[in-house]
Amino acid sequence: MKVDHLEAEIAEWRAFVGQDTAVEERDLEELEAHLRDQVADLESAGLACDEAFLVAVKRLGSLDDLTREFALEHSGRLWRQLVVSAGIESESADRSWIEALLFAIGAAVAIQSARLAWEFLIDDSMWLGRNASLLVLPFLAGYFARRRRLTLSGVFLTGTPFVLAALAVNLFPFSGGSATELLVAAHLPVAMWFVVAYPYTGGDLRSHQRRMDFVRFTGEWFIYFVLLALGGGVLMGLTALILEPTGVVNVERVFEWVLPSGAAGAVVVAAWLVESKQRVVENMAPVLTTVFTPLFALMLAGASVVYATSGVGGVFDRELLGVFDALMVVVLGLVLYGMSARDSSAPAGWMDRIQLIAVSSALLLDVMVLGSMISRIGDLGFTPNRTAALGLNVLLLVSLGRTAWLSIRFSSNQAAFHRLERWQTAYLPVFAVWAGAVVIILPPFFGFS
Amino acid sequence: MQIDKDLVAASATPLVLAILAEGESYGYAIMKRVRELSDGELDWTDGMLYPLLHRLHRLGYVTRDWRRSPEGRRRRYYAITDEGKAALVDHRRQWLTVAHALGDIWGGADLLPFALGRS
Repeated sequence: MKVDHLEAEIAEWRAFVGQDTAVEERDLEELEAHLRDQVADLESAGLACDEAFLVAVKRLGSLDDLTREFALEHSGRLWRQLVVSAGIESESADRSWIEALLFAIGAAVAIQSARLAWEFLIDDSMWLGRNASLLVLPFLAGYFARRRRLTLSGVFLTGTPFVLAALAVNLFPFSGGSATELLVAAHLPVAMWFVVAYPYTGGDLRSHQRRMDFVRFTGEWFIYFVLLALGGGVLMGLTALILEPTGVVNVERVFEWVLPSGAAGAVVVAAWLVESKQRVVENMAPVLTTVFTPLFALMLAGASVVYATSGVGGVFDRELLGVFDALMVVVLGLVLYGMSARDSSAPAGWMDRIQLIAVSSALLLDVMVLGSMISRIGDLGFTPNRTAALGLNVLLLVSLGRTAWLSIRFSSNQAAFHRLERWQTAYLPVFAVWAGAVVIILPPFFGFS
Repeated sequence: MQIDKDLVAASATPLVLAILAEGESYGYAIMKRVRELSDGELDWTDGMLYPLLHRLHRLGYVTRDWRRSPEGRRRRYYAITDEGKAALVDHRRQWLTVAHALGDIWGGADLLPFALGRS
């Protein structure tokens, strides 16, 4: 009989377990092999075929437990469905958008009222730019604090950095348009983004897996935000084209209202999209990294060869330095995101080698930038800008250097991918502390000049 | 005897690493060896083993590859790495410490620490 019958049972079992996204095809194959071994053993012990199958399936454990264990181990897959908390999530999933919308509206209202206050009451051209992240990101943090059901002390811990930062940037006596003020405006959003990591990870910042989840979230949030911004841009452009000729409506005034509110709301909406439309972005993001990592690797390798051979490595000017810093941050972001989206159990492949090319070229460029920067500082002394740039470059040098070293070891099978991942997540707080230090320590140190 | 769930979970990693230190093996055989070693007292649900093996692989403690067994079945064989051996030594030290502490207070010479210390 029985063989056909058993095959049918196994096929059905397989299809059923395979519905769960935490268990992948290869794992399923392994489980099936186990099941067959068990069935064969039980049969030779005298059980009938169908009895053997039932016992074997039972020994594998309840499906819920099984998939939960798989999901816990592969948090990258877990991420797809949040299987572990599915019980809690699914009932509220239908209404999760209302929650997100409320926080989005909150952010929009906050930025809008701040804009009005600034326009009419505050005589400080940089005030809104300096405070923008403090008006929007608390809503994002609040959204996650609510979703992750943070305890009261957790909420307090999330709020404290925002309050401290708000006090600092508003009480510091910046001289108008000073370098320190611009630096604060540039570093504060980064520092505050790291604060969002706390509620995002549910307060579990020590867990390296949760940190990697936050990296993945950041990448996917960015993609959604850009998409929303593009859509919003098209919408506003068309609105302008249609309304302008009528002469009735002052389009620019309308935009003053729509643009900041839309951007602030989009910050929360993008986060909600990442959370609830996970599958969509998950299909898209790896494609984007697969396309752009090689292109960036090519560009970086080309640039480092050109700069190294043409000998202009010593005379980077100021703007170019800024561009290079931005470039290297992008490369690091791309590498980080690529790692977070990667299946960490897969062996080293061609993508890892391309990533290694990108990282080593960026490293080479960073060394040249640092050389030029140090000679400049030697000639002209420290300024706020040079200090911030030097600090960032040293941090990048350490990060990229170790990443390159571990990538080489990984590609030659001397180290597990886990080591590489671990290094990235262990190093993240260094960036957070640095961004915070530029906001809090640098301005007083240079007398707010 | 019902062994506490936490204890089963805590002993799973050193047990699997130690079994693999005897030689490469595959899931079902590891499971059978666990039952054999514990006289059936350590009864895991079989499914638990695989997430554990995947974790060990992610940490670089074991390598794995698909091969055909002598009987012609496709199986995923696991083998311990040097890193895995180092982790096993570390686990062993921790277990010995725990076992010695328990042995001291319970005072029996025939207790677990003795067996562990000699093995």
